Amino acid sequence: MQFIQLVISGLAQGCIYGLIALGFVLIYKATETVNFAQGELLMIGGFAGLFAATTLGMPYWAVIIVAMAVTALIGFLNERIILRPILGQSAVAIVMVTIGFGYMARGLVTMIPVIGTDTHSLPVPFRGEVFRFGGLVISAEHLVIIAVTVVLCGLLAALFRYTKIGIAMQAMSQNQLAAYYMGIPVKRLSSLIWAISAAVAAIAGILLAPLTFIHANMGFIGIKAFPAAVIGGFTSLPGAIVGGLIIGIVESLAGFYLMEGFKDAAPFMVVLAMLVLKPNGLFGERLAKKV
Amino acid sequence: MRFIFKTRYEQDIELVQHGGQVFWYGLLMALLLVAPAFVSPYVLTQLSQVCIYAIVALGLMLLAGFTGQLSLGHAAFMAVGAYTQGVLVTAGVPFVVGVAAAALFAAVVGIIVGLPALRVKGLYLGIATLAFGTIIEEIIARAEHVTGGNAGLMVPPVSLFGWRFADGPSFYYLCLAFALAATLIVVNLLRSPTGRAFVAIRDSEISAQSMGVNLAFYKTLSFAISAAFAGVAGALYAHNIRFLSPDQFTVVQSIELVMMVVIGGLGSVHGAIYGAAFLIALPQVINAVKPLLPAFLAEATGLQPTVFGAVLILVVLFEPLGIYGAWLKTRAYFDLFPFYRKGMFRRQKAFQKSDRLK
Repeated sequence: MQFIQLVISGLAQGCIYGLIALGFVLIYKATETVNFAQGELLMIGGFAGLFAATTLGMPYWAVIIVAMAVTALIGFLNERIILRPILGQSAVAIVMVTIGFGYMARGLVTMIPVIGTDTHSLPVPFRGEVFRFGGLVISAEHLVIIAVTVVLCGLLAALFRYTKIGIAMQAMSQNQLAAYYMGIPVKRLSSLIWAISAAVAAIAGILLAPLTFIHANMGFIGIKAFPAAVIGGFTSLPGAIVGGLIIGIVESLAGFYLMEGFKDAAPFMVVLAMLVLKPNGLFGERLAKKV
Repeated sequence: MRFIFKTRYEQDIELVQHGGQVFWYGLLMALLLVAPAFVSPYVLTQLSQVCIYAIVALGLMLLAGFTGQLSLGHAAFMAVGAYTQGVLVTAGVPFVVGVAAAALFAAVVGIIVGLPALRVKGLYLGIATLAFGTIIEEIIARAEHVTGGNAGLMVPPVSLFGWRFADGPSFYYLCLAFALAATLIVVNLLRSPTGRAFVAIRDSEISAQSMGVNLAFYKTLSFAISAAFAGVAGALYAHNIRFLSPDQFTVVQSIELVMMVVIGGLGSVHGAIYGAAFLIALPQVINAVKPLLPAFLAEATGLQPTVFGAVLILVVLFEPLGIYGAWLKTRAYFDLFPFYRKGMFRRQKAFQKSDRLK
């Protein structure tokens, strides 16, 4: 029973990792860039939600929408202003730009007088409620996280499967240059992908807020989501979620059954094992180069 | 403008290309040697810090800039060196033996990291090294009976052949000597077959392999050398700070080391040193400028990360070769004085070519 309890709380945490990893994968698939600022986008989403909830006094569903909109806009502008000029440069250059953006986001947020370096709590309607199934105790926060993740994944899957934009994005992720020749607006889609990925990060931020509070350094959780993306294979959207769940469960179990300290290192040990044994990840595409 | 006519193949790899270099580097060396007489003790500790970071940056430049292997876990190698030195010196081992052990131990850890890294490339490698960095950080925090864990570890000052190299000029000269040695090692390595193999791997792994470069050997070697540099720097760092705790060697620190080489100029030895100097100088410059800024900006805690991020973005956007690139452009301007054209260094617009198949 203890075990199942741990797995369920691991699943909830894993959904957060999965959502952040989903952001990595969306951007990596489309533009071959790893966005090191995904965690900071999550933080921005959290603060946007906080602003909407406390200052504007909006209901919870509106908070989510405001956070998504604000963060999506920032993601869009980020791509438009600082990433587009270096389109086609080496991967290291683009990674450094996203790291720089992350630094700036963190710095600017702490510069806002009311926010500073304090921790804030986001008011949520379901705080502290628990559900009991037999001997299991599941908190409402965890259930909401799992439910929202499932819905969001469904929506994204539908986007990529049934809409013209989604199919164009798939084409672009296969071969950018060919997509461009076929008349797909690669640049506009790339901005759009950044916006979507930022919106996903914002949802992760809002969902994470009841578990850890909102503060300027909450974006460092993004580093823990790398293992999730790598386990899933970095190019697979379902893989990101599965990877996130695996990381969440491993972390939860390691925190309980193993020595102290293993909780934080366990995801990274899993990812190292994965990289050595199966570098392409669980669902990664196999590509071979012809010389 | 200076023209060097090469008539022998050996001239390509000569350490000193012309007399001007002897003059300018000699002048720089002389300035660095007399610096303690003119600068305040505080600036002197900063200069020692620059020397220490220059050693790490040189190692990381060898790995990232010349072999093309991105490492996001270099602070962990520094940590290995720093703790080795700290523990050994506390136990009464002489300084020199401690540094050698720090370099060796860091190199061994580097090889352990480098071996799995043979299977992965590019950003996956970055993530693998990031994972290693986190694990090493955690190990140091947990191995309390050796490292003192989160409570920290005190390191005694340097004593060498009965002399105290504790602080001030003596410690500065020690750091300077190590930095100079590190620079010479890197420069000489790069004009040896090993260095050319590294560059070949960076430019194209497949062509390097078809030219007979043993990929596994050279990639691991590059990791080992780079880690050994970080280990030596870590040992000096331990004596400079005198107090070690695991939160000095985090992932953020590793990322700042990468920032250093990128801002300095990826793929140039000068760049490593410029980058180290820049990253140490920037907080000082910010502090110096603070009184001139409006109060709400000067008081803000987030000023430094914001400036760091902005500088990083601006460098990558406008000066992809970093500070060294800016210097080369300035020199080209004066070399070609009336004939410099605006578009000379303009980058071509490009669409992303696939990196996945590299």
